[in-house]
Amino acid sequence: MAWFKKQKGAEPEAPKRSKVAEGMWLKCNHCREIVYRKEVERNNKVCPKCDYHFPISVMERITLLVDFGTFKEWDADLGPLDPLGFHDTKSYKDRVKAQQEKTGRKDAIMIGEGQMNGRRVALCVFDFGFMGGSMGSVVGEKICRAIDRALEARLPVVLVTASGGARMQEGILSLMQMAKTSAAVAKLGEAKLPFICLLADPTFGGVTASVAMLGDVIIAEPKALIGFAGPRVIEQTIKQQLPDQFQRAEFLLEHGMIDMIVERKQLKETLSTLVAHF
Amino acid sequence: MRDYLEFEKPLREIEEKIEKLATAGGGKSGSQDEIRKLRMKLAQLEHELYSSLTPWQRTQLARHPQRPSTLDYIGEIFRDFLEFHGDRSFGDDRAIVGGFARFNDRSVMVIGHQKGKTLKERMQRNFGMPNPEGYRKALRLMKMAEKFNRPIITFIDTPGAYPGIGAEERGQAEAIARNLLVMSRLTVPIISVVIGEGGSGGALALGVSDRVLMLEHGVYSVISPEGCAAILWDDPAKVPDAASALKMTAQDLLDLKIVDEVVPEPLGGAHREPRAVTERVAKVLTNQLFQLTELPIDQLLAQRDQKYRRIGAVSGLDPSSN
Ligand SMILES: [Zn+2]
Repeated sequence: MAWFKKQKGAEPEAPKRSKVAEGMWLKCNHCREIVYRKEVERNNKVCPKCDYHFPISVMERITLLVDFGTFKEWDADLGPLDPLGFHDTKSYKDRVKAQQEKTGRKDAIMIGEGQMNGRRVALCVFDFGFMGGSMGSVVGEKICRAIDRALEARLPVVLVTASGGARMQEGILSLMQMAKTSAAVAKLGEAKLPFICLLADPTFGGVTASVAMLGDVIIAEPKALIGFAGPRVIEQTIKQQLPDQFQRAEFLLEHGMIDMIVERKQLKETLSTLVAHF
Repeated sequence: MRDYLEFEKPLREIEEKIEKLATAGGGKSGSQDEIRKLRMKLAQLEHELYSSLTPWQRTQLARHPQRPSTLDYIGEIFRDFLEFHGDRSFGDDRAIVGGFARFNDRSVMVIGHQKGKTLKERMQRNFGMPNPEGYRKALRLMKMAEKFNRPIITFIDTPGAYPGIGAEERGQAEAIARNLLVMSRLTVPIISVVIGEGGSGGALALGVSDRVLMLEHGVYSVISPEGCAAILWDDPAKVPDAASALKMTAQDLLDLKIVDEVVPEPLGGAHREPRAVTERVAKVLTNQLFQLTELPIDQLLAQRDQKYRRIGAVSGLDPSSN
């Protein structure tokens, strides 16, 4: 699925960023203003000029959402194989190895349980820094395992996405993770357990077209880009420029695709209030 | 006149020579001899070409404009087809067709992508690329099938879901996701047949099934070879390499256990002898449907659930535990 064509600027831990980004100053992905890095960091990585929410790492996300000291990770050992023997300009094995060394994790998602203001939840957090948060076998399997455990312990499930879509290097097996995870969400629903999706910038392709859009409640961070097809693919297809705020969270809210947009600093409060309703 | 694909050009050259000799030479024995030789050469070349097709060549065959389409299958192997239209919410998407039909005297719900054959029809059907309302129409029909306890047969043949502004505004991603979720739990048997091109999520949205069948020269992939070459190689010349790397042929998918049965095609592809192909598909469908309708529904659902739960290649803890 072709959503993002090498959009390096959006990668939080990309080694090659512009010179501005490496020092005291940071260029906002949304308003393109130069902002003071410290100020952004003090502000939960939110742009002080336009309120754009910069991508944050998995650990930052968990720290943000979960009560201190309550997070227990599940299945950290699950790692990818190379079922296709995939090779483009580099082998998939080498790509995975490089990403594992960079992130210290095996694949593009972390799952576990924790408490949000004292309420237990099962949590799945995509790691955009690992191969663009792409969903292959490991991501699919871990989402299913998180849901299995939630079914056993009767926990709500909170899924935080940031992903370019399905992982091309696992071919059809990646595509099938869309069916696999959606089937797991169906079972969660039959057990009347809530599934809550928090969409962060960016969420695209096979992830949007499966788990991300299946939440009982769908929340997005301000200005997050969310869609099925990537903006470049659409532009090339229709040969027109895209409207200004196209595929931003605000656009999705306006078109009835999500329930609410919540500022990062309000997220934990909102989620714990929400979970209490179920 | 046949449509020749790029890689079929050597065949065309010989066929043209034969034609020229036949019209110019009349009944002369010299030209008859020549024609006979050329025919033998042609047969040999065809055999060589089609028995060693590359994944990219297969992709081109899968996209062949004369390849039997969903409506051809419906016309040939179903009776009493009544096409239903619209998603009851926004519109009717002609890139997906569906309705009740009789298969072996049994009423079933049949749904499929429809690309169209002439340029005009292709445009009307958006080249088989559905918008959200297409998927929502399909969903409506599948729920109706469940309500009246009718098996569902889907035909998959799409480059992918349409990437457009309106599609995004109306929730293309949600429409696909919803189909995946609902299909995983529908309480009737579902069989999908990949008859041509299985383009990514737009194909899968009709393809969560108890059995997946695939035509010999069909392809089914997470991304088109063109898209993959652009993203991973940044080089359009690498499309054939991408087609190979993606493991998207019927045999690949059989090996990866995504497809349950491959239906053979005549030499040169399904469009050469469409009748033979639709008949073979009918036979396979008959067998598979019989097996599925024998199963109690809870067993059918448990099998479907297990089938998707097991897909994937994972290292680490014993992946079958849990
Ligand atoms: Zn900004």
